[in-house]
Amino acid sequence: MTAATTTFRWREPSILPGFGLALGITVTALSLIVLIPLAALFLKAASAGPADIWAVATSPRTLAALKLSFSAALFAALVNAVFGLILAWVLVRYDFPGRRLIDAAVDLPFALPTAVAGISLAAIYAPNGWVGSLLAPLAFKLTIPFTGLSLGFDGKVAYTPLGVMVALIFIGLPFVVRTVQPVLEELQSDVEEAAALLGASRSRTIFRVVLPQILPALMTGSILAFARAVGEYGSVIFIAGNVPMVSEIAPLLIVIRLEQFDYAGAAVVATMMLLISFALILTGNLIQARARRRFGDV
Amino acid sequence: MSVAVTIETIEKRFENFPALRGVSLDIQPGELVALLGPSGSGKTTLLRLIAGLEEADRGRVLFGETDTRELSLRDRRIGFVFQQYALFKTMNVAENIAFGLKSRPRHERPSNDEIRKRVRDLLDLVQLPGLEKRYPSQLSGGQRQRVALARALAIEPRVLLLDEPFGALDAKVRKDLRAWLRELHGRTGHTTVFVTHDQEEALELADRVAILNEGRIEQVGSADDVYDHPATPFICEFLGEVNKLPVKVVGSQAFFGDRPVLGGLSQNQGGPASLYVRPQHLRIVDETPLALPGTVEHLRRNGPLRRAEVAVEGLKKRLEVDLASQVAPAIGERIRLRITHGNLFAAA
Repeated sequence: MTAATTTFRWREPSILPGFGLALGITVTALSLIVLIPLAALFLKAASAGPADIWAVATSPRTLAALKLSFSAALFAALVNAVFGLILAWVLVRYDFPGRRLIDAAVDLPFALPTAVAGISLAAIYAPNGWVGSLLAPLAFKLTIPFTGLSLGFDGKVAYTPLGVMVALIFIGLPFVVRTVQPVLEELQSDVEEAAALLGASRSRTIFRVVLPQILPALMTGSILAFARAVGEYGSVIFIAGNVPMVSEIAPLLIVIRLEQFDYAGAAVVATMMLLISFALILTGNLIQARARRRFGDV
Repeated sequence: MSVAVTIETIEKRFENFPALRGVSLDIQPGELVALLGPSGSGKTTLLRLIAGLEEADRGRVLFGETDTRELSLRDRRIGFVFQQYALFKTMNVAENIAFGLKSRPRHERPSNDEIRKRVRDLLDLVQLPGLEKRYPSQLSGGQRQRVALARALAIEPRVLLLDEPFGALDAKVRKDLRAWLRELHGRTGHTTVFVTHDQEEALELADRVAILNEGRIEQVGSADDVYDHPATPFICEFLGEVNKLPVKVVGSQAFFGDRPVLGGLSQNQGGPASLYVRPQHLRIVDETPLALPGTVEHLRRNGPLRRAEVAVEGLKKRLEVDLASQVAPAIGERIRLRITHGNLFAAA
């Protein structure tokens, strides 16, 4: 709050040297690796001319792909937030045979080539695959009265938007687990004991005392999982079926445009993804920074 | 509201380490008792057992007539102040203090207005009025300590338990809080047990002190009892600096070598013994009878007093002697020391 009113100045945070060097390296590296390529992307997109940009940006296929990419990534991040939190909790709080194995397996989505993951998932979730064949009989359709809205599951996961989500959940899981785990480990057990002695039920202790404390880490992990999911390409294309307007993700659309030598069109879609992602991630980080500033570390 | 706490032959092991080996203690309603001991003596384990945070392997804890094993943590109604305070850092001070009241089942829960009033009263009681909206991270150590206490008092505890309540505070704040806690106890009258490894704190604050060593209570008594009449050599050494002399008791006199150093003993057991003498119980004298000759080897300041280290022939460790400010021997000077008070323990 006070920072907003003071004028900006170059801040040398300590008497120890290294500020100039560190900042120099940061700016150089960031420029070479991130900023200059992104600027080139903007330039390429701009080269298309306003009319073409508008045409590409508002074409139903682009919008459908963007909508699928972002909504599936958001959904996957939410699932991972819940599931990843539980997994991290189990790994930190309980000791059981095979704990180390599971702990190591969490990182596999990081290490596995995404194509391998995609092919495996597609094979398993295909209508004749191990899981897919179990899901097929569960098809249902619900129509909500008076609204005309209907909710349904046709028994298929692979080659549908649902398949996209499965792949995105798979690749995003480690982010949540690995960011929440260290925070859970450092959580002092005396806080939970204090809550219990004050008469709080276990669920009240979890929801009012424990969860608020790990929320910043959980948000960081979920944002990372979301960011990764938005840009994911390799694993999704094998399971998605890639039907335009239905299960075609934005990164795939970019590749398709490139293969058609429509570089400007690809750049426009990419720029839109970039802007939306940046806005969402920035918002998430700001919310988090506020929470951290407020509660500090006791 | 306050209850008597009866601890009956509690035993507790962790893995292969016996933390408590048959501990019994009666605490009167409204009493302020200190559990004093070095680290690893089992004092914190005993406190956690009273709270119900640990389960005893054998023995039981009674609140009044009630066996606490039949009570849930909530029904025990314990006010517990943790060493690191364990404040909920995502809640402000008012929410921290109100947490216990808001955790009650709906039909026992006071109205929001009542809760707000209680929070305000408690903040007044712990002398932090107006800090409702602060977060724990915005408070000093002493303030956090008092918020933790207010939070514990909010549930109208039957027993108040404090784990090293002043451990994390600096010396000045400690002293202030100590006096304040003593006064607060006088006003609220909760049965209170606190753990400390600081003998000064225990002696100053508590009605009675229970001294633990290696999982056993070695002595329980008032500050004067335990300080003036320590039951064991361990207590004698733990409660303050002390010089140890190997002596031989013959009749009513204790002999160091062939020199009588302390007379008028009522103990009728003769033979080898250890004589424990505090630095303030050694006086420099001129006459020879019942005096110990020695050489001043070192002088230093010790708080308000000056301290001499005196080498005595036949004794490996130098004697620590507190000097009244007017007497100032020089280093290397030969002096005679008289023992004005000592505790005698038969040699093990």
